[in-house]
Amino acid sequence: MTLEVVWFCLAGLALAVYVVLDGFDLGVGIIHRLVARSPDERRLTQASIGPVWDGNEVWLLAAGGTLFLAFPKLYAIGIGGFYLPVQLLLWLYIGRALGIEMKHHAIGGPVWAELWDTIFAASSLAIALFLGVALGNVVRGVSFDPGGRFFAPLWTDLSPASERVGILDGYTVLVGVTAACGLALHGSLWLTDRTRGPVAERSASLSRRLFVASAALAALTTAATLWVQPLALAAVRERPVVLAFPVAAAAALAVCRFEMAKGRARRAFLASSAFLACMFASAAASLYPHLLPAARGAGGLTIETASASRYALGVGLIWYIPGLVLTAGYFFRNYRRLPASLSTSDLEAHHD
Amino acid sequence: MDALGLHRLHFAFTITYHYLFPQLTMGLGLFIVIFKVMAYRRGDAVAADAARFWSKVFGLNFAMGVATGVPMEFQFGAGWSRFSEAAGGVIGQTLAMEGLFAFFLESSFLYLLLFGEKKMSPRAHLGVAVLVFAGSWLSGWFIIVTNAFMQHPVGYTLADDGTIILTDLFAYLTNPWAFWQYLHTMLGSVITAAFVVASISAFYLLSGKHLEHAKKCLGVAVVVGAAATVLVAFPAGDAQAKMVAKHQPVTFAAMEGHFHTEDGAGLVMIGQPNMETLTLDNPIIVPRFLSIMTHQRWDTRIEGLTSFDRSTWPDNVPLLYYAYHVMVGLGTMFMALMGLSLLLLWRKRLFSARPVLWALMLALPLPYVANTAGWLTAELGRQPWIIHGLMRTRDGSTLEVSSGNVLFTLLGYMGLYTVLSALFLVLAMRIIARGPSAAPERPPAEPARGG
Repeated sequence: MTLEVVWFCLAGLALAVYVVLDGFDLGVGIIHRLVARSPDERRLTQASIGPVWDGNEVWLLAAGGTLFLAFPKLYAIGIGGFYLPVQLLLWLYIGRALGIEMKHHAIGGPVWAELWDTIFAASSLAIALFLGVALGNVVRGVSFDPGGRFFAPLWTDLSPASERVGILDGYTVLVGVTAACGLALHGSLWLTDRTRGPVAERSASLSRRLFVASAALAALTTAATLWVQPLALAAVRERPVVLAFPVAAAAALAVCRFEMAKGRARRAFLASSAFLACMFASAAASLYPHLLPAARGAGGLTIETASASRYALGVGLIWYIPGLVLTAGYFFRNYRRLPASLSTSDLEAHHD
Repeated sequence: MDALGLHRLHFAFTITYHYLFPQLTMGLGLFIVIFKVMAYRRGDAVAADAARFWSKVFGLNFAMGVATGVPMEFQFGAGWSRFSEAAGGVIGQTLAMEGLFAFFLESSFLYLLLFGEKKMSPRAHLGVAVLVFAGSWLSGWFIIVTNAFMQHPVGYTLADDGTIILTDLFAYLTNPWAFWQYLHTMLGSVITAAFVVASISAFYLLSGKHLEHAKKCLGVAVVVGAAATVLVAFPAGDAQAKMVAKHQPVTFAAMEGHFHTEDGAGLVMIGQPNMETLTLDNPIIVPRFLSIMTHQRWDTRIEGLTSFDRSTWPDNVPLLYYAYHVMVGLGTMFMALMGLSLLLLWRKRLFSARPVLWALMLALPLPYVANTAGWLTAELGRQPWIIHGLMRTRDGSTLEVSSGNVLFTLLGYMGLYTVLSALFLVLAMRIIARGPSAAPERPPAEPARGG
């Protein structure tokens, strides 16, 4: 296994961990107005993610740093090319952090809380859609110019088969909706597991509906991917082992539904985590060795053309792996400290 | 304005605004550790309250640093993709290290620092404070190493296609430039925190509120502040200026407003650079002092700006000159104010010396100005290079992004940051108005039992 492959896996790992971890707090954001109705219930949903959401988001920074280290050309050309959506996404993250933090401060009162709850919900939904659209763009590929760079317009003719593809088209929006739905499911399972009382009941019932939508959308997206990106079909033909990931994703989804039916929310949540990770891994494996392919076929950035020097990749491993182990330590510790489940009666009377 | 100019303004604006927060975070981290140690060692209840109070300010300030810092991770690629492509194989190392070793550490323990006191032993909670402090200072180290590479590249080789290849990670991490720059920057951040603590404590003393708390905080702030204001100039600032003189002689001449080569050059105190006549208007100069400061000899020759090819001059000499002199001037003032306060503290007269308390209270924004001016000096001084001697700034920007798009997102950040500023000020004033309280903070929505 070459160093480039190792770093492809590490960057993929960091991104997958981000999707799974920030995924549930984004999901909680998306659905919290539906499942938590009273002010106390809203405080409950936020308390369930309060100690961890910030750390979860750091995985995005870690993944960004990892790509910068290992594949600087991808980081440079990719973020430069997706200039507008990247900046918009960053604004949404700022808005979301405000939504979570501002509610308890300053003016107070029910409308004030509702305002920031709404901002939290709207920005969570928008971020989930954006992240899905971003993944859709990476899978579909972009229209490189002859110099090997690109600038992606927000939309062109909305077709993934276009001469010059835009950020929004039928396919990428489909992936965005799939992602938003999948993360909402993930978040609803988190709330089912981590809360007790009406919020948990509503989350459980919502998760059953979200499950059907997620499963259907995941199947549709998988089919669409095979149609949009010829590399995916080629990967399946040349390296059938790639099929292990979508098969594992489907299995995880089946386990998830089984555990939901049995009322074992913790296991259902873990299965949903496995589902998201496997879906992400399917996308990465079907593109391999591409990092950012060209739309409709050949060319694009691969792990060979975009990577940093041999020395940088080698020496980076020496500190990256211990850093990862250390980080895993903090996270295990923090998640173990979380209360197994919360109900509104656990919340201290709020004194502002 | 062309796209390049807008890219520069975009990065300058977002990074300058961002750095308003980390400079207080890093310095305040030290103060919190000091208060927690005092509380732990001596069972000092006032110090324990002080640690809690400043942790609240820290938490708010930290959140602002994160909100404005997340975009920074992506601005290198967004606005400076050719630079990122060429240098990412080197600077990607420290930016990834920052994520793995600093951000995870801070984000994992900040919540415990703010809300974990009731559930932890005092010793463990002190440990948490030390970890958060260490995380923020580590973060500073990784950023300074990254910047030091742009100022004084080491540990690399140049490939045929212009890509900069890392050859020695250890040399890169121990860049001699980074050492002094780090010390200077961190002391600058300690000074910001010392003035913030002193200013708010002076406000309480003048208002006749929270007197015990204010006296304790002001005492610590003055002792730490007096030490830091001296150390930031000598040895840190002095050593850094000598490094600039050695490795970036053009920058040094421009900073000092030194236009013409001279044996035994004088030190400019004030004066206005005139870029048409290439002289200094209305100057006050201490004869021979620049040579003495830089080389410890009264007759050493110091090359003036006109001795260098104009294409290597920093592109905005007056702004560089003024930024540097604003920093040095304010630094001198800080030394005087903190020195006087220390003297009064020692004579046990500080807490009733109203004029000095007023001066300390009013000084709050000045260290922010000085730190900003210092960074302007570093970054303008490096021009026209984005990596000194290796890559010109004009060759580093993203070409695919049109100037309209850059302007659009720049205005977007300006608007968003205006809102952030307003919210920050409201919340900060609320924390200050409430003052310290004896009870450990509970999270806004935390289980009363469990865990």
